[in-house]
Amino acid sequence: MRPPTDSMPPPTDSMPPSLLSIDSLGVSLGGVSLLRSVSLEVRRGEILGLVGASGSGKSLTALAVLGLLPPGAAVTGTIRLRDTVLTALSEPGYRGVRGRDVGMVFQEPMTALNPLMRIGDQVSETVRLHGRASRARANTLTREALTSVGLDGVAGAPDRYPHELSGGQRQRVALAMAIVLRPALLIADEPTTALDVRTQAQVLMLLRDLVQRHGMGLVLVSHDLAVIAQIADRVAVMQAGAVVEVARSGALRALHHPYARALLAAAEPAPKPLAAGLPPEDPLLEVQGLVREYRGRRRSLARAAPAFRAVDEVTLTVHAGETVGLVGESGSGKSTLLRAVLGLDAPQAGTVRLNGEGFSTARGAGLRRLRRRVQAVFQDPYGSFDPLWTVERLIAEPYHLLDTPPDAAGRRRRLVQVIEQVGLAASDLRKLPHEFSGGERQRIAIARALVTEPALIAFDEAVSALDVLVRGQILELLADLSRRLRLSYLFVSHDLNVIRAIADRVYVMQQGRIVEQGPTEQVFTDPQHAYTRELLSATPRIGNT
Amino acid sequence: MTARGRGAGFLLGASLTAAFIALAVLAQFWTPYDPTAIEVIDKLQAPGWHHWFGTDQLGRDVLSMIMAGARNSVGVALASVAIGALVGVPLGLTAAARRGAVDEFIMRGNDVLFAFPALILAILVTTVFGPGAVNAVIAIGLFNIPVFARVVRGGALGVWTRDFTLAARVAGKGPMGISLEHVLPNLTALLLVQGTIQFSLGIIAEAGLSYVGLGAQPPSVSWGRMLNEAQTLTVLAPSLALYPGFAILLFVLGLNLLGDGLRSRRER
Repeated sequence: MRPPTDSMPPPTDSMPPSLLSIDSLGVSLGGVSLLRSVSLEVRRGEILGLVGASGSGKSLTALAVLGLLPPGAAVTGTIRLRDTVLTALSEPGYRGVRGRDVGMVFQEPMTALNPLMRIGDQVSETVRLHGRASRARANTLTREALTSVGLDGVAGAPDRYPHELSGGQRQRVALAMAIVLRPALLIADEPTTALDVRTQAQVLMLLRDLVQRHGMGLVLVSHDLAVIAQIADRVAVMQAGAVVEVARSGALRALHHPYARALLAAAEPAPKPLAAGLPPEDPLLEVQGLVREYRGRRRSLARAAPAFRAVDEVTLTVHAGETVGLVGESGSGKSTLLRAVLGLDAPQAGTVRLNGEGFSTARGAGLRRLRRRVQAVFQDPYGSFDPLWTVERLIAEPYHLLDTPPDAAGRRRRLVQVIEQVGLAASDLRKLPHEFSGGERQRIAIARALVTEPALIAFDEAVSALDVLVRGQILELLADLSRRLRLSYLFVSHDLNVIRAIADRVYVMQQGRIVEQGPTEQVFTDPQHAYTRELLSATPRIGNT
Repeated sequence: MTARGRGAGFLLGASLTAAFIALAVLAQFWTPYDPTAIEVIDKLQAPGWHHWFGTDQLGRDVLSMIMAGARNSVGVALASVAIGALVGVPLGLTAAARRGAVDEFIMRGNDVLFAFPALILAILVTTVFGPGAVNAVIAIGLFNIPVFARVVRGGALGVWTRDFTLAARVAGKGPMGISLEHVLPNLTALLLVQGTIQFSLGIIAEAGLSYVGLGAQPPSVSWGRMLNEAQTLTVLAPSLALYPGFAILLFVLGLNLLGDGLRSRRER
């Protein structure tokens, strides 16, 4: 455990020499100031966490170090890497630095890799781009890099294509590309945000391991203080383009800047208080023995195509006014289950009943009547809306389910009512989706789900794409709406911190099956299944100090 | 090309296209002379005050013929793009919305149509139904169908992966409703680009068919036929081939620059 100290101690001679020093960096674009006198230090073998909400300037700081600022950006101050003043470099000069002296890893492991190139070639390309290495030498370096990121266990790894790898493996490839030339400094921008909790924990440990083994410096950028706290030595909190506080990561609980404290609170949302003696109600949604199979590709004419069971005899119940969490990693079948529950896909076996009526077997008018009672909010706040439709038209889309839609005036009244219920203004109805931030868009998605006065709303990773502060606000809104409108939620997420904050009861799903269920606090404090315990231990928490 | 170069190309393409379309529209109402009027006395005149582009071997005014040819080209290309889009777009939308066996059926049918080279297909149609402008339109339009179907299916599959189509399904809408309300409007830019490209191919195809005698029949005027007729006079009056040749070249060039410009605007 590191000794807790309040703020950054002054550098002393015993400390390793400074690797990266940013001195009163300012960036402005088109007269708008985006970064204001940012000063940071990273030493050899040190991990600096850079935390802040979206728009706080943390990614921009990382891009400034890499010389990847958008054209037209005006830079003041200096960035120094060892003896080189990076801010004085020309673009060709920077190209020699990137990859060789400074490695970088970004959030999206799929887009960072060329889908048409074997991963071994992609890694060795980085070597050859910086010249001076023979093909044989490049191959040796590539093998070493793939081994040091733990891909040596994957059979034939260098010959695989990105699509043949999992998200975590892809991020390891991106890491291998970043470290193959042994850069002195590594910059990782939200490297684990797109990954599952267990994979996230592995990648974080790998990062820490690489830093220690190669004596690199690492700048780890994230919106989630809990993630940063896992491996960072020091944490710099950024708000509105400025560093507001720097602390040793052992002393995060002693952060005192109000914004830093808000980030701290949002990183670990409070568990939902136990409902005071919820009266046993009739079940609203009953899923019984649900099976959803996907046919694989037929391998031979003689044998039937192999089937993959995405959902394997799942039984679950949601009562009126209750929030049920469904937790599991990607590929566990939770989204497939949700689609079947929403009546979007027909199950091969089992039933979905709503208020005792068969939902999965309903057709025509009966189906539309039941659909009205179940609405949904999806993960991607950018993909959830037709970019050409106004908010008014988008929110009103579920009116399609009504046999007798209200007249124009009644409709308008209702739309104003729901948009205000989710904390937006009536004037927002005339706007287009691109005019809103991610959090506001999820509010619009909630308004769309509310418009037909449903009994149940299903959420598919609905807060996963939001940064922690916005996530906290949306969770608060949902809890409030559930109380006021007596709504039931089926809340799907891979994030246990989120599930704990919102769910009364929780189901844990692994490989298509429910492996554990129970009241949330019980499952979290006394997990019975090994998988649940694994998920819990991988979930980042800020250590108590 | 640099962004600036692309912007200039787009402007040049748009102006060339607009100029030829204006010429075609004007020819609908007025040409300096009747492009079909034969005045053998005035044959093979050099360009001058009365005949800006001169006259051909039958004494027809070349400028009037170029204008009438533009009208013919634009008409044929427009009609064939319309046929391709009206049949191909619904096919592509249906294939993407239904997937599975329907998709296979439509797209394999497309492949069969695609397998015939455009000119062979056109010759087939015109030999079966006889040469003429209308049959040329049908032949070129037939060739456009799989192009539009394929492009629309690809674009539509991309739109279908986005969550708003799921939201529309939760709102009780069926695949056809979603295709019309959400998918098609999001493909307009794509269709505009493809339409421009097919339009320019239509100009070339029409000229080609008329050149070999399968397109517009006398006395109607076509750039392809003008080229054909000028061919026999290359020694006597070489400039006669230049007017229709440059008309085809400039119009197609303009359309392609316009298409490229539209595409890069869409990607931005």
